[in-house]
Amino acid sequence: MAVNKILKSFDEAVADIPDSATILIGNFAGPGGTPYYLIQALRKKGSKNLTIVANTAGGIGLTLDYDDHRILFENKQVKKVIATFPFSTSASRPSTAEKQILAKEVELELVPQGTLAERIRCGAAGVPAFYTPTGYGTVIAEGKEMKEFDGKPCIMERAIKADYALVRAYKADAKGNLVFRGTMRQFNPIMAMNARITIAEVDEVVEAGEIDPEAVVVPGIFVNRIVKVQEPLPFPRHPDRNFWVK
Amino acid sequence: MKERLSREVMAMRAAKELFDGAVVNLGIGIPTLVSSFVPEGIEVIYHSENGMLGFGPVVTADESAEKADIDLVNAGGQYVTPLPGMCFFHHADSFLMIRGGHVDITMLGVIEVSEKGDLANWMFPGRGVGNIGGGMDLAFNAQKVICLTEHTVKDGRPKIVKKCSIPLTAPECVDMIITDIAVIEVTKKGMVLKEIAPDWTPEEVQALTEPKLIIDPGLKIFEL
Repeated sequence: MAVNKILKSFDEAVADIPDSATILIGNFAGPGGTPYYLIQALRKKGSKNLTIVANTAGGIGLTLDYDDHRILFENKQVKKVIATFPFSTSASRPSTAEKQILAKEVELELVPQGTLAERIRCGAAGVPAFYTPTGYGTVIAEGKEMKEFDGKPCIMERAIKADYALVRAYKADAKGNLVFRGTMRQFNPIMAMNARITIAEVDEVVEAGEIDPEAVVVPGIFVNRIVKVQEPLPFPRHPDRNFWVK
Repeated sequence: MKERLSREVMAMRAAKELFDGAVVNLGIGIPTLVSSFVPEGIEVIYHSENGMLGFGPVVTADESAEKADIDLVNAGGQYVTPLPGMCFFHHADSFLMIRGGHVDITMLGVIEVSEKGDLANWMFPGRGVGNIGGGMDLAFNAQKVICLTEHTVKDGRPKIVKKCSIPLTAPECVDMIITDIAVIEVTKKGMVLKEIAPDWTPEEVQALTEPKLIIDPGLKIFEL
């Protein structure tokens, strides 16, 4: 039987996410590349004690005015967050996660961004740990093994391995192959390749063969479930326009 | 009070450090302004942490309705414009470029910078919390780290100090500091005062700087 990973609803796609799961969420400095509808569905599902791995802890910057993973914190579903940019840059507008972190309701693991990306990539690649110079001689190095390579002191960082990844892509085919659009790519491909179950929220679903094999960013074997967005977010977007300018 | 240079003039001075073909990552704040002053005949390739190389200028408020696109933002969350030859890649490749030394120049903001070139810029002063983001990887691994900052905090305390009092972004990483009154190079021998703002004397700059400055024999007025 031909593989078909396309599901009809976001609710159905997250229905088996249990309490205490570790979940990667595609996210950067704005709504582009964040799986908004999957996050909504996860809030509705209500799974608790989650460990969320994402660049931010939601609710800051461009994302202030829309419901990103901030709503999982509001709904008290999060036990721990692993992030690089968890705090609001404005002291007068603290994010929900920030208040919960400071009140010790949510545990924070603060990670340099390149280290977070590599920990996710290594988890996908079956590499349990790696050495990086980033963080040596700072608070990030505390409690970590140190080793010098070619005169450069490095610290050991462990891979992250997740149960689920909620990712955002532009286009998927029925085999699960994914392509992206512009900076929506960010953490999404490495997260998709990491998790035991990867769920992709996409703008378009096409037949197998309609995505140029040379252009595939995430091979379909990494993607378990795909749901198409019915109503795009109210943010400026020109999907019919190429980024190419003459 | 002597006049200090504007953020734009600091950015103009910093832009002189760019070279043709340089891969450049600009941090948030004054560094962002540098892209407006790239010298003629020089083409730099901008790198953004979220996986983009070779993009164009930030979309202005006037252009926003026509040009803004949530799938084309820089690391500060600003909408930017596309350029021919730009490309996208995922986050692990983006930091491969940074960690692997493929970013030639990064320009970063400062909360404190020490005599040895230790940089502290991620923890918000007075809040006890902060965001590390991509700045730590850049400070550790970019080929050249240039700091752009006001010389002192608002109450006049030096930002260039003997030893940083807040958690570090990276130890001994800063190569050059461009402030609103001076250009300082961080060397093994110490901090060398290379340029000063018009009407300022080296003694006046020293009075606002904690570490002892070595006055460069070729000390110049800010070169723009």
